[in-house]
Amino acid sequence: MAKKWNMVIDLALCNDCNCCFMADKDEFTGNDWAPFSVAQPWEGARWLEIERKERGQFPQIQVVHKPGICMHCDAAPCVDASAGAIYKREDGIVIIDPVKAKGNEALVDSCPYGAISWNADAGVAQKCTGCAHLVDQGWTQPRCSQACPTGAMQFVMAEDAEMAARVAADGLEVSKPELGTTPRVYYKNMYRWTKVFVAGSAYFADNGDCAEGCEVTISKDGAAVATAVTNNYGDFLVDKLEPGAEYTVAIQAAGYKPVERKAAPTAASLTLPAVALEKA
Amino acid sequence: MGEVQRFTNCTTGGPVFVDVEDGKIVRLVPLEFDNTDSPSWVIDARGKKFTPPRKALVSPWTVGHRSIVYSPKRILTPLKRVDFDPKGARNIGNRGTSGYEPISWEEAWDMVAEEIIRVKREFGPCAIFTQPSSHQMWGNVGYRFSCYQRFLNAVGMSYIEANPDSWEGWLWGGAHMWGNTHRLGNLEGYDLLEDSLKNTDMIVFWSSDPDTTQGGVYAGYESLPWRRWLKGLGVKMIFIDPYFNHTAGQIGDKWLAPRPGTDVPLALAIAHTWLTEGTYDKEYVATKTVGFEEWTDYVLGKSDGQPKTPEWAEVESGVLARDIRALAREWASKKTMLAAGGLAGLGGAARQATGAEWPRAMIALATMQALGTPGSNLWSTSYGPPQDDTFFFPGYTEGGISGDLGNSAAGKDFAYRMFPRGGAFSLPHRSAEGSIGYRLRTPEIMMHQPNEWYGKGFTGSHIEAQFHKFQYPAPGYSMAQMYYRFGGSFFGTMTETNKHVKAYREGKVPFVVSQAIWMEGEAKFADVILPACTNFERWDIGEWALANGYVTQSSQMCNHRIIVLQHKAIEPLGQSKSDYEIFRGIAARLGLEGMYTMGRDELGWVKATFDATDLPTVTTWDDFVKKGYYVVPPRPADRKSTPGMRWFAEDRERDTPDWGPAPWEVVQNKGLQTQSGKIEFVSNSLKRAEATGLVDPERPVMGPQYIPSWEGHRTTDLKAKYPLQLIMPHPRFTFHTHNDAKDSWTNEIKDHRVLHSDGRYYWIMRVSSTDAAARGIADGDLIRAFNDRGSVILSVQVTERMAPGVAHSYESCAEYDPIGTPGESSDRGGCVNVLSSSRFITPMSSGMANNSCLIQIEKYDASLDKGVA
Repeated sequence: MAKKWNMVIDLALCNDCNCCFMADKDEFTGNDWAPFSVAQPWEGARWLEIERKERGQFPQIQVVHKPGICMHCDAAPCVDASAGAIYKREDGIVIIDPVKAKGNEALVDSCPYGAISWNADAGVAQKCTGCAHLVDQGWTQPRCSQACPTGAMQFVMAEDAEMAARVAADGLEVSKPELGTTPRVYYKNMYRWTKVFVAGSAYFADNGDCAEGCEVTISKDGAAVATAVTNNYGDFLVDKLEPGAEYTVAIQAAGYKPVERKAAPTAASLTLPAVALEKA
Repeated sequence: MGEVQRFTNCTTGGPVFVDVEDGKIVRLVPLEFDNTDSPSWVIDARGKKFTPPRKALVSPWTVGHRSIVYSPKRILTPLKRVDFDPKGARNIGNRGTSGYEPISWEEAWDMVAEEIIRVKREFGPCAIFTQPSSHQMWGNVGYRFSCYQRFLNAVGMSYIEANPDSWEGWLWGGAHMWGNTHRLGNLEGYDLLEDSLKNTDMIVFWSSDPDTTQGGVYAGYESLPWRRWLKGLGVKMIFIDPYFNHTAGQIGDKWLAPRPGTDVPLALAIAHTWLTEGTYDKEYVATKTVGFEEWTDYVLGKSDGQPKTPEWAEVESGVLARDIRALAREWASKKTMLAAGGLAGLGGAARQATGAEWPRAMIALATMQALGTPGSNLWSTSYGPPQDDTFFFPGYTEGGISGDLGNSAAGKDFAYRMFPRGGAFSLPHRSAEGSIGYRLRTPEIMMHQPNEWYGKGFTGSHIEAQFHKFQYPAPGYSMAQMYYRFGGSFFGTMTETNKHVKAYREGKVPFVVSQAIWMEGEAKFADVILPACTNFERWDIGEWALANGYVTQSSQMCNHRIIVLQHKAIEPLGQSKSDYEIFRGIAARLGLEGMYTMGRDELGWVKATFDATDLPTVTTWDDFVKKGYYVVPPRPADRKSTPGMRWFAEDRERDTPDWGPAPWEVVQNKGLQTQSGKIEFVSNSLKRAEATGLVDPERPVMGPQYIPSWEGHRTTDLKAKYPLQLIMPHPRFTFHTHNDAKDSWTNEIKDHRVLHSDGRYYWIMRVSSTDAAARGIADGDLIRAFNDRGSVILSVQVTERMAPGVAHSYESCAEYDPIGTPGESSDRGGCVNVLSSSRFITPMSSGMANNSCLIQIEKYDASLDKGVA
């Protein structure tokens, strides 16, 4: 088996620095890389798109950034829709042939990830080429991961079996697995994008101090699904919950009356108002 | 197609490989080491080994630099304002609106030279005022301290001195507590990476966002891995900032959001907790400070009747008393680094009204927890890997080709290496006995409004220097008759922008020349524009991030010392020329060419620089030009680590490689620069100043004290009218105004500017969801932010990252795009400094207070905008 192109993106490491975004523009703006691509226009192309999401509400929040590129799917809908204008290379990279695809704007809609865009100047649908022209010249990395200072983008040339083992070991996921397109771009810590947290804070009403060491139990339909312990600021945060589900949050500290709160986090996660614990 | 040639260059955000084909830059790639480069250092700590990546972790604007080299906004010919005639009507009231026509270099050079001669003959020396922008193009030959300074020194001009815009309160306040003027009030940070990896349990980031500010300045993301290592070791990370900043977003464990201007109450409440609970290092305080008892009485309220309790601080700052107490207790129980600002100092909290007190507060807290002992220091996680400081290469402040002993750091080492047979000279007029101006008072200079200020600006030579009073015009000198502007726009960065704009149009300076690369914000207001090229179009040489001078050994913000031969990769675009060549053309017409060039072209100066360093001991000129860079090997294993301030904590002679405090500033080579040699809660330098009548009510002798902001939550009448507090931090995706706008790819970064339906990329203001909802504003709307000083049209980002009541917008827009009369109408370029006050942070602290700014915002309705501020 030959080694193939894969990208692993860690959502816990990306900080939206945009070095990858700039590297993509640097490589493709004004530069034709025949036979894989014609030049990006000076302005407007987003072959690499970083999405931002805030989780929770002031003052307990998180921010997560999700860089997206062409997923270089093994079962690529764009290839099927292209009548031969889009093809998959043996190393896994999906290429839009800029000559064969010329004038076919409908290809833009063939990608369920929105990774294809229309270059009006050149009259051709375009997307990330996986830096195929550089890979073929022996570059060990595409431009985006080479410029990544955080380690959030890691390029992996590996046989499929080797990659499958890594996916299992690191708990990697793909975007929109329900589409069944078998992407070659994997995400680590994907729960930060797809799941939600419930966070909150507790304090002792009698002395006004932060309530450290409280036991927090999150339950759903009467069954506990997660537990946490408040830290020295009285804060807790339980992650990997389902958006739209209804939970009960129980906070308990020795010598104090237990408190329960309902929590129905939306996709934006939920920070509960601070809870005062009364002496038992 | 031709063959791709690979060159090297260095930018303000790091070094790159430059691939060139057929005379055009194809790509810029962050520099990556090969196996012939020096091995990297390895730090052993807590059973693990830490070693840095073998590539340069550069800034995003560095990766996107090709788009500003080939920017559509490049100026490609010399230009003259169409209705400007130096021999007839000058029409200066039309600056900014009348447009330009191309002229030849001969015409441009002649015109500038004739004006220089006229002004010198008619008004005497130094009636030409000049100033550079802070940072434009990296390189020791082309930098502002270098060819620009050699030129202005030879011609004789009044230099408009820069305020220490990133330090402010550290110099104006901090220096009175612990000296360190050689770092403008900041602290050395040698070997604190190793110290923290071995010994630190917690880091408190206070007004500090090193992932945004490139480790403090210049250093890209080089220190990001360090913070990840520390996080991986379980070091707890606390963030105190009105904005949930980007470093917090990556590694934060707890976020506290004080309202702007209330950091000092928060700090005093932490001290109050330590004092009442006895959880500070009493022995350290007793032996290494003076005035602590008097300050203790103030904190406990014995002297003024107001105990500075957490409950009191909650009312001021909005931070919950229980959180303050919990933080104070955790801090006291753990070995803690206080990361105040970037580097060991800086920070937005030092750039605000009464901002001399916050640095004093930071020093006070670090002192109470035995600053300088293992694991406990004032260190912003972005300085101090085990580099070899003994390999000589000069920083850009060391004067480059100017050889200026009076107004650069050339006199330390470099001038004697660079000019062994003469050629170094200074301008005596640029001194306390001569004529200078002050950047924050540029409008007054141009308006011919006499003004006074304390301190020359970067007054790092000694503490008392900042008490020296300057005046414009200087005694016996003329007011400004010509303004020679060098470099990028200040409109985005200097306070009260409209005053700067009006000064061009309503002022009394008959000739303004701007030497600029791009047609942007401020350049559009000059009479003659001289088009400079970028450093990709000329030769230069420089070490990444190395300033030296007041930012000593600043390449310590990077993992490796990387010295770069900055190739001329392509020919200058259009008719643009290197700054060196532009100055040479003028110098030739003034009879100064020989003095200016010493017979060298730029490459000759680059070679002379190479020869004056230690590079010839490790490589040849030919090999260096061919390879393009040199990685200085790390400090040899047999040379010991010297952690910053350990010598002070252990009462030894200083053993760190800082150039200051200088011997004449201390006694017996021990102690700090303060009069007592100790950390002074009652400042002797301020006491001495008061004894001579220099009393500053906003900078008391005993401190830190809480002095409410003169534009903040306590100025109730103004707050009622303008209820939001605007902060303007240093930017994330640009270097001040450099690399913003210019139709560059940076415009398309979603968190930098936002494209609206009129085709413009608008600058972003961030507000809390609470404040947005109260005004019917939704994410992505255009808003008008305004106060009595003006108004700016912005794209709003509605976020949970802001404390309610606070707005956030970076200080650094390069565009100025008034919708009507310049200086009097709304700006849709994004110069939020239109809104800030030009008042100094305290009466005698000549700093700017961008972060004390009350505003209101409303949804923007273009149909209602009459073009009036």
